[in-house]
Amino acid sequence: MTRREFFAIVGGGIVVILIPDDSDAQESGGGARRGMNQRMPEQVSAWLHIAEDGSVTVYTGKVEVGQNARTSLTQAAAEELHAPIASIQLVMGDTALTPFDMGTSGSGTTPNMWPQIRKASAAAREMLIDLASQKWTVDRAAITVADGKVRAGERSAGFGDLTHGEKLARTIPAGAALTPAGQWQVAGKPVEKVNGRAIVTGAHPYAYDVHRPSMLYAKVLYPPSFGARLAALDSAAAEAIPGVKVVRQKISGQREAGADLVGVVAPDPSTAERALTALKAEWTPVNGQPSSKDVFAYFKQTAQNASSPRLDLAAYTVAYIAHVPLEPRAAVAEWSADGKLMVWTGSQRPFGVRSELAAEFGIPEDSVHVIVPDTGSGYGGKHQGDAAVEAAVLAKAAGRPVKRNWTREEEMTWAYFRPGGLLEAGGKVNPDGTLAAWEFHNYNSGPSSLGTPYRVADKHEQYHRTQSPLRQGSYRALASTANHFVRESVMDDLAHSVSMDPLEFRLKNLDNQRLRNVLTAAAERFGWSNRKRRPGRGFGLAAGTEKGGYVATCAEIAVTGSAVKVVRVVEAFECGAIVNPEHLANQVEGAVAMGIGGALFEHVDFADGQILTNRLGRYPVPRFADMPVIESVLLDRKDIPSAGAGETPIVGVAPAIANAIFDATGQRIRCLPLVANGLPALSAPSAPA
Amino acid sequence: MARITELEINGTRRHLDADSDRTLLSVLRDDLALTGAKYGCGEGQCAACTVLVDGTPTKSCLTKVGAVAGKRILTIEGLAPSAHPAGQPEGKLHPVQEAFLEADAMQCGWCTPGMILGAVGLLARSPNPTDAEISSGMNGHICRCGTYPRIVHAIRLASKKAAKKGAHA
Repeated sequence: MTRREFFAIVGGGIVVILIPDDSDAQESGGGARRGMNQRMPEQVSAWLHIAEDGSVTVYTGKVEVGQNARTSLTQAAAEELHAPIASIQLVMGDTALTPFDMGTSGSGTTPNMWPQIRKASAAAREMLIDLASQKWTVDRAAITVADGKVRAGERSAGFGDLTHGEKLARTIPAGAALTPAGQWQVAGKPVEKVNGRAIVTGAHPYAYDVHRPSMLYAKVLYPPSFGARLAALDSAAAEAIPGVKVVRQKISGQREAGADLVGVVAPDPSTAERALTALKAEWTPVNGQPSSKDVFAYFKQTAQNASSPRLDLAAYTVAYIAHVPLEPRAAVAEWSADGKLMVWTGSQRPFGVRSELAAEFGIPEDSVHVIVPDTGSGYGGKHQGDAAVEAAVLAKAAGRPVKRNWTREEEMTWAYFRPGGLLEAGGKVNPDGTLAAWEFHNYNSGPSSLGTPYRVADKHEQYHRTQSPLRQGSYRALASTANHFVRESVMDDLAHSVSMDPLEFRLKNLDNQRLRNVLTAAAERFGWSNRKRRPGRGFGLAAGTEKGGYVATCAEIAVTGSAVKVVRVVEAFECGAIVNPEHLANQVEGAVAMGIGGALFEHVDFADGQILTNRLGRYPVPRFADMPVIESVLLDRKDIPSAGAGETPIVGVAPAIANAIFDATGQRIRCLPLVANGLPALSAPSAPA
Repeated sequence: MARITELEINGTRRHLDADSDRTLLSVLRDDLALTGAKYGCGEGQCAACTVLVDGTPTKSCLTKVGAVAGKRILTIEGLAPSAHPAGQPEGKLHPVQEAFLEADAMQCGWCTPGMILGAVGLLARSPNPTDAEISSGMNGHICRCGTYPRIVHAIRLASKKAAKKGAHA
């Protein structure tokens, strides 16, 4: 895109183009340039436009999935522009309007995009000062910007008074200076969710809600089991339904449901449903796939880099779980007469979906325009463009826009899962309570936070790739929950073996001051040292670090018969300078709530290539009644750059609860979920692995 | 097949032509462009599709449109019509909507319209509920982002707002 093209799209005014630190230094000029045909830099991370009417629009490839990035990034712009929150709009996740972005994942928005938008905004503020200085012929030093006004002495101008008639672009490097956290006015404050009003009025159109003129509704035929191939299809009855078109097409991209995409399109959803039911298909199944019961042995059998253990290791299992975003996957696809494709879809990777679509149809990426409306959550589960590809294939065949909304059952069967895992771990402790040796193996669930933060010279830690019978992928904090669950359970056992308090034992073996700080803060708020032992109650704690955040979780549980209820959770979290305390607390509390599901009962059951937990009635998720009292303790480190917070607060929940169950019952449960069928009877072996 | 040609939605008679055995949720979303009611599961487990039928929270994904003919249907778009962009975008919100914003009782927002209408129904039955009553009364609703404690707080706030208003009235 050239500057002329850019201004043709956005109109006049001023624009700041922010390029990443590692791109060509020649791009990092400074002064405003008026050459209109200069190409935009290849590598741009964000841009910011102040229109001729003074309205501010920030363009970022990040998306909003409930983590409140739209609000935090608006705060970033407001902070450095010295302009009101309400005067700033964000365009997010639109591949035609926003710079390329790898995706909204890995807790990357706050550490990466947030400072970049602040830098772009700071540069825009300086450009406004330049303009005022030229117009008023006053010295720059005499000019201030506050509350969206530029002032010098008696003179005052809104942004639009200065940008009117201008077409200025400035490219700046990402290394520009920023307001220190200690001096923030808007950042670091509990600004209300900027899109909250659209949500509470039902006005916000999610991808599931998008409607286009003359749009058709699609249904897709999936195999009865994973890997089954389509042997024969009789579509005559479906095609006899008025208005119905049946499409059967080979898909080139990887697709869990096989290479044959069979779909129906119809003028309304119920006709599409009827047509789908009328399809008669024969399938050739794949036999001998592992089930959820024998998958852990399968991990061991298919593991790479097998090694013989050096210490006595205990085996732990972690079940596959489902993301269950409450908005299932959805897409609307529309082809233009000149072969360009437009897709609205809920995704964490708008540009990744664009690549998938371009590859599927063999067209250039700039012929594909992907728009991601603020999405009904993802939790790491919406990285792929399955619904988008389906919608686009069917729309092309139908010659009309097509809506392809997944059902809950499709979402819980054909999306990918958080990996299951087999973990083996053990340690040795000296009589004085210092760790002497440590060994840790993770089969399949992943390497995130595999390494222990505790001080131990003799350690062996290894992640083993295996085969997975289920499609698996990213999830909130990835394998960090599995690794923390096992590490913190073993640490608890080691503390017990030398009759040390679990908190004291951890602190004795911990050098990292940030981790020590959250442990101490959580224990203090929880009242760890004053906890009162009584029958049927248990107390546990866990700590860890992931993606630049530090977390400690204390849990109190109540045991009644075989039922475990989490009564209270206190979680201390520190991720550098706090960007928005209210939204950070919300993330921490939400992670605790979600973490309780994976800790206590969530698990995907599968057998013979079928997901048996394919509906919410069969796959319970946490509800109001499952909630403990949740208290968050947020440590604000204004001296440390902000890290993301959407994931890390989940990792301590399962081990804290497991340790509390041990405290209450003496039973060490070595599987996640811990109590899918209630507590094992006391006489039964406590380790089902 | 029996057909439904008229429904009373948000105080307005809406004309349509739908099979009476279609779900109310599909008719609202696909025929009448009222997409505030959300599909979450289609099996009555999550209550994201909640609307009020004669004032009672009702899961529209399990409700045949034929069963609500002649009844008063309220969707999130009609709760505070002047606040919806179809009205005046800066218009006044319903106290429960205000309370949800004040308590930051949402993340992705997909469950929120159903939660709000569920809360309106709950407060109509029980104007001053305890936390335990809120929790059990709302237990049919799922918020996968886990903002439950904030939703409880929001409903308590809304209850207080209503009581205050009542006291002044």
